[in-house]
Amino acid sequence: MSLAGKIGLFFVVAWLLAAIFGPSIAPHPVGAVVSPDVFGAFSSAYPLGTDYLGRDMLSRILYGSRFTIGLALVAAICASVTGTTIALVAATAGGWVDELISRLMDALISIPSKMLALVMVAAFGSSVGLLILTAAVSYTPGAFRIARSLAVNVRTLEYVLAARARGERLPYVGVVEILPNMVNPMLADFGLRFVFVVLLLSGMSFLGLGVQPPDADLGSLVRENISGLFEGAPAVVVPAIAIATLTVSVNLLIDSFSGRTGRVAEN
Amino acid sequence: MSALVEVQGLSVVVRNADGGETAIVKDVSFSIPKGRVLALIGESGSGKTTIALSLLGYARRGCRIAGGSIRIGETQVLDLDDEGLYALRGAKVSYIAQSAAAAFNPMKTIMDQVVEGAVIHGTATRAAAEAKAVELFAALALPDPKGIGARYPHQVSGGQLQRLMAAMALITDPELVVLDEPTTALDVTTQIEVLRAFKKVVRERGATAVYVSHDLAVVAQMADQILVLSDGEMREIGATDDILVRPRHAYTQSLLAAAAPQPRGEGAAKDAAALLEIRGLVAGYGRVGADGMPATRVLDDIDLTIARGRTLGVIGESGSGKTTLARVVAGLVPAARGSVLFEGQPLPTNLTERTREQFRRIQIVFQNADTVLNPAHSIARILARPLAFYHGVRGEEAAKRIARLLDLVKLPATLATRKPAELSGGQKQRVNLARALAAEPDLILCDEVTSALDTVVGAAVLDLLAELRRELGVSLMFISHDISTVRAVCDDVAVLYSGCKVDSGRRKDIAAPPFHPYADLLISSVPELRSGWLDGLPARLAVEAPAPGAGKPPPGLCTFLDRCPVRIAGLCDQVAPPRRILEGGKEILCHHTGAELEAVQVTKASGPGSRRRDETERI
Amino acid sequence: MAEARALASPRRFAVPARWRGTIAWLVANRLASGALTLVIVSMVIFVITGWLPGDAAQEALGQSATPETIAALRAQYGLDKPPHIRYLHWLQGLLTGNLGQSFTANLPVTELIAGRLPKSLLLAAVTAAVSVPIALTIGILSAMWRGRALDRALNLATLSMVAVPEFLVATIAVLVFAVKLQWLPALSNAVDVSTPAQFVRTYAMPVLTLCFVVIAQMARMTRAAVIDQLSASYVEMAVLKGARPARVALRHALPNAIGPIANAVALSLSYLLGGVVIVETIFNYPGLASLMVDAVTNRDMPMVQACAMIFCFAYLLLVLIADLVAILSNPRLRHR
Repeated sequence: MSLAGKIGLFFVVAWLLAAIFGPSIAPHPVGAVVSPDVFGAFSSAYPLGTDYLGRDMLSRILYGSRFTIGLALVAAICASVTGTTIALVAATAGGWVDELISRLMDALISIPSKMLALVMVAAFGSSVGLLILTAAVSYTPGAFRIARSLAVNVRTLEYVLAARARGERLPYVGVVEILPNMVNPMLADFGLRFVFVVLLLSGMSFLGLGVQPPDADLGSLVRENISGLFEGAPAVVVPAIAIATLTVSVNLLIDSFSGRTGRVAEN
Repeated sequence: MSALVEVQGLSVVVRNADGGETAIVKDVSFSIPKGRVLALIGESGSGKTTIALSLLGYARRGCRIAGGSIRIGETQVLDLDDEGLYALRGAKVSYIAQSAAAAFNPMKTIMDQVVEGAVIHGTATRAAAEAKAVELFAALALPDPKGIGARYPHQVSGGQLQRLMAAMALITDPELVVLDEPTTALDVTTQIEVLRAFKKVVRERGATAVYVSHDLAVVAQMADQILVLSDGEMREIGATDDILVRPRHAYTQSLLAAAAPQPRGEGAAKDAAALLEIRGLVAGYGRVGADGMPATRVLDDIDLTIARGRTLGVIGESGSGKTTLARVVAGLVPAARGSVLFEGQPLPTNLTERTREQFRRIQIVFQNADTVLNPAHSIARILARPLAFYHGVRGEEAAKRIARLLDLVKLPATLATRKPAELSGGQKQRVNLARALAAEPDLILCDEVTSALDTVVGAAVLDLLAELRRELGVSLMFISHDISTVRAVCDDVAVLYSGCKVDSGRRKDIAAPPFHPYADLLISSVPELRSGWLDGLPARLAVEAPAPGAGKPPPGLCTFLDRCPVRIAGLCDQVAPPRRILEGGKEILCHHTGAELEAVQVTKASGPGSRRRDETERI
Repeated sequence: MAEARALASPRRFAVPARWRGTIAWLVANRLASGALTLVIVSMVIFVITGWLPGDAAQEALGQSATPETIAALRAQYGLDKPPHIRYLHWLQGLLTGNLGQSFTANLPVTELIAGRLPKSLLLAAVTAAVSVPIALTIGILSAMWRGRALDRALNLATLSMVAVPEFLVATIAVLVFAVKLQWLPALSNAVDVSTPAQFVRTYAMPVLTLCFVVIAQMARMTRAAVIDQLSASYVEMAVLKGARPARVALRHALPNAIGPIANAVALSLSYLLGGVVIVETIFNYPGLASLMVDAVTNRDMPMVQACAMIFCFAYLLLVLIADLVAILSNPRLRHR
């Protein structure tokens, strides 16, 4: 694995641990006002400074990462699994089923994910469930498109034709012959979807339309401390940098796995 | 006389994933006198293309020329810097690639690309280069030499592109021309015109050339000297006739043996009961119209019969519909018209309507060994599935049967635990066969099963097929573009052209006239393993194939009309050809009578060194 | 993504075979398919905003509303009609430019949008003008030197840049240029473009922020498209004809990569549609996106619907243009 890949792996593992064990290793409770000093600078007592109320940023970030990573994982898993399943159905069935599903997904993909999220929040208000649903719906068409193109490529290969000529039913062809040969690229795609969801959800929280107080994900932390920007307070930049280390390291990790550098973000 | 090209101790390495290097060309030395043609011959992986490219100081991505020296004229190629290489390539040494369709830039006109070398190297003004290109087009027997340059690559046929690439290579009057499998991607009837054009320009210009090929018979026509390679090492070098007649190295001998396949034994008696009957079959792809006909019709009014225990060979070039025929029988492509009868019972042409027993009795074996086995499954799993699916055999019993199947196709039982990627091409094709045999079928459809394999490996697979047929009594439909393979394994033969069955009969019927004019062209186009065969051919075997998109003959008329050398104006282009049954049961689709065709074909065949007479004796 | 798009089969309708595959046919096909997609998108947006959430009048007036005022408001906005009628009515409004009345501002949506849209378009245009040339240059250069140090460095940089949230770039830009160096104002709410200097002061940071991610994406996709072509046989042929690397890349590979590059540009620019939401909010830029965010906060449905449709339309337009460029640049389609 390349050096960049190792760095990526290190940060990904670190963030996963933070999300799992964050609350138990946080030095202070998440809502506790611990310092009289608002927008405090880096110090030995508060390694990442303090926020607009004088709360410990390190603890806030450890708690916040749980929201950011948890929500994004659930949404990305939903998107990838749904997208792959629908793609398998479309690709194995072919004909009008494929045509109809593809057409519908083409339409869904032309709604930019942020627009869909804004429209959903406008209509239903913001809640954790809605955010997950929105992110999953937004990124399902993308996962579908990748999975379908993989499945369609595999479908034309001779071992799939051989299975069909043997008289195998379509579910067998889809699950046993096609699916195993698209797992690796779909895993890489899952990583990308995770990055997209993190960026989408923290963006929404940054706009005040995502995770609602008193809960806070990393995006909310940036928002609630934005007034400290002109003082150059760490409380604004640190959570934003935290998100970047998470998303960048996932990208580096995927890139070193897939071995090809042609993959790019979409939407 | 000092040689023009002198290669000493050439070695080329490829970088591995782990950073190490593996030699793919090892200590190769040869020299070529001016005006001579040297052939590099070998199978895939022999390093022949790598050697050819290093003559231009070029190594593909991941490869590196590691040692040795190459002198062309006064130039030490391997000592050149980048500037020196730019000046060498395309000017002193030029290259003709295997697939012209891929080697021409689809976005630029042909003329732009043909004269590019001259323009880059400043050997001529653009106008002078274009004039010279037109001359070359004419010398290469290209149609419309003045106008063809203005076209885009997709607007001309594959055979024409290949000749256009020769013009591209010769535009700068290079000292050395490297031809890398220049006819391999072509159909055999197209190859012949291209070979002839190449031979003519090489001879007229006194060019020095390196001709890379896997096909000894082609090389025999082109080369003065042959260098035999395998695994990156030189096996033998010598004059063409010496190599062909007195091969010294065992590897050369095996190549020669494989290149001239011997007939394998005949199947069941010719009057055995029909196993599969195809009647009036029409099939194709694309949207089905109101009349029930698909948008692209690939097969038209096909009648065929395969008798129990016999082998039917189906010959055709690309686009003839032979693969579609196998897929219709296997149920993968629905028939638009006509019927397929299996033991007299109509076979549903739709997959979903077939019973498992019908699936079991007809097995299809696909062409491409690399994609025919699921890379995610082990060999044991691949073979276990048909056993469980058709026979309900599982566990211990299945393991025993898998071992027996592997033994049947002459593979070690230890392969069972491997994944397809760990097997060689030949091994994969054997597993592919074993999977079909696991069903214990009555009929196996073999679609180009040897064409993706090297000749020696392919010959072994053919032996295996013949043996299996003898031992198990299965019937085969053997689909191939290669007439010598079909001749070697088949009892009955059908020739397809552009979706129509134009000629059919017993194996002996394709050894002697009369033939359908297309079958005649096909048979006379197969190069023979002796030098001088090309020169002895009649001046023109057929009319040039039309460019793609030029339009097929109107429906109903003879599909070979455009290329037929014996077409009758006012008849062939007006009336559909009748199906004639000649004496001996041979069937052709032509306006000419058997006697008329025989008259034309026998005269032509009685030229120097008639192969047909030899063959009639042999078979 | 590019491959996936190319694989999507063109739709077929019952027409004479000789029309199929002509340029006009392909273009008409693309236009029709774009229009159909737009209709499906409008349905999705309408279902989410106008049907599923229930009573918008109740929502707008709050808990204190009397049944009479609610009924009056319903009648005023046509909310008393069945959903499909309301959809058709809305669709008709979209087509005629009558986008309804904003709940909160009590002004026609069209009027509010008309004041904001040009500003967003200007921001997008400036961003495109800056990012496209830079991104294409980076993409082509790293493709030409693929595997070398420059390419590896650029790859690492763009790979990281695509995953950086806009608000990080924006906050750091503010910290550096407005707080520390004090070169630029932190907010752009006074869009003053009277002098070039003012123009730069207003647009520098929003454009910088947007460009950051857009350039990275576009450069990566361009690189992939060009590399795809550089591995083609005709490129090897050009090398063996003695062409120098620049000629090989620019004269041979690039023309073949036009379709995929157009696609890359369109998809990257469509990313702007999401990016402006954050950027306009941070810099208080009075564009369409900040209007929409306000509308979402206030649950001003007619405004949300209209803005969402404009953004989706912009996306479809970009993709459509890329498709048309790809079709028109292909000689197989031009010269049949």
